[in-house]
Amino acid sequence: MICLLDYGAGNLRSVSNAIEYLGYDCVISDSPAVISDASHLIIPGVGSYPAAMNNLCERELLPVIHDFANSGRPLMGICLGMQILSEIGLEYGETVGLGLIPGQVVSLPTEDLVLPHVGWNSLELNWDHPCFVRIKTGLDFYFVHSFCFHTSPEFALATTDYGVNFASVVAKDNVLGVQFHPEKSQDAGLRLIENFLDWDGQC
Amino acid sequence: MLKKRIIPVLLLKNGRMVKGVQFDNYRDTGDAVSASRIYNAQYADELMFIDIEASGAGRGALLHVIEEVSEECFMPLTVGGGVRSCDDIQQFLRAGADKVLITTAATESYEVIRQGAEMFGAQCIVAGVDIRTVDDQYRVFSHCGKTMTELELIAHVEALQDAGAGELLITSIDRDGGMEGYDLGLFKLIQSVSRVPVIVNGGAGHFMHLVDAIKAGAHAVACASVFHFGDNNPIRARSYLKNHAIAVKNVK
Repeated sequence: MICLLDYGAGNLRSVSNAIEYLGYDCVISDSPAVISDASHLIIPGVGSYPAAMNNLCERELLPVIHDFANSGRPLMGICLGMQILSEIGLEYGETVGLGLIPGQVVSLPTEDLVLPHVGWNSLELNWDHPCFVRIKTGLDFYFVHSFCFHTSPEFALATTDYGVNFASVVAKDNVLGVQFHPEKSQDAGLRLIENFLDWDGQC
Repeated sequence: MLKKRIIPVLLLKNGRMVKGVQFDNYRDTGDAVSASRIYNAQYADELMFIDIEASGAGRGALLHVIEEVSEECFMPLTVGGGVRSCDDIQQFLRAGADKVLITTAATESYEVIRQGAEMFGAQCIVAGVDIRTVDDQYRVFSHCGKTMTELELIAHVEALQDAGAGELLITSIDRDGGMEGYDLGLFKLIQSVSRVPVIVNGGAGHFMHLVDAIKAGAHAVACASVFHFGDNNPIRARSYLKNHAIAVKNVK
């Protein structure tokens, strides 16, 4: 069973619509029992890093998320959900993240380009990954964010150019994080979600 | 690199799609959900729905449209019309909208922009400014072009951004429905003080108008008439822009 994490900080409906459109079923939950039983876990996210982490802490979800990640089952963070996979977020002060992928979330260092980074942009994939099969190079995905995941190259599965090259996809073992919104990225995004749902977490 | 966006606008009145000229003389242009399906098949970059009556009945119909559209169309949806509070924003987001357009309420107070941005994030809040020329001056209007405000245009745009708006939708009422091109003078004026992406709206009738606006610096172009009347569509628009060396979304 695919679990979509409900922690008060995500656009759940769009993601569940996409999953159902693809012919899969999912459960939206914040129950540790449901999460630990799931085959796949998706962490959506819209809003701010501190608010998201606060919501997770209040619901006491950190242990079950860590257990899920450690079990090797596929876990995907979307947008803010990807950002909180990091160790620290620097939006409105310093906030400790989930620490599932090394790195920090910082303000997008574009000098003369406006923020937020809004619109369709493409990815430079740095290595092959099961979640990116059958997705042609150069396809655009929908981004809307002002902060980005700063990490070392070994975890930056893909980068995107917006004045600077920032990590648009981060990956470590069975954990994947995408800065863009696949549920808002039409065919390319649906393909990515489908690949994730078909993935067993192995690289 | 970031691509330029082409955003079809669907105006709704009592749940039906309409189109007018200079915010008046609206005529029925069809069913919104059907039109959305077609735009979706043509890979429109985003869709923008605006309820021009913003009445109780209109709101219900618009929510229903968004619920249906968001089940089948996987691109960003912006919704507006009568948004006055965070409850309104929440209602639209729950129905499936990604962004909410706030225009009239922001001419009375910046609080809904500020609270909306705080509660839902700046990326959810698009601030709309409707402008008409009066005595050779750009004047800010509210209530779908019916009421002239006392707001000074540039000060208003600055204040909207200070309050936390994530994007600006700049609409020329004069050019609306005229299909003679966007008001680029107006756009450049706004651009001089904009710190967030700017979407120009009002006047597109030919794809060359989209090219002109983008080359002038617009991040996105919103259009209605150019798609409603004639057999133009987002696929042709992207192709046209690409032929003018403008980077647009790659779908295939």
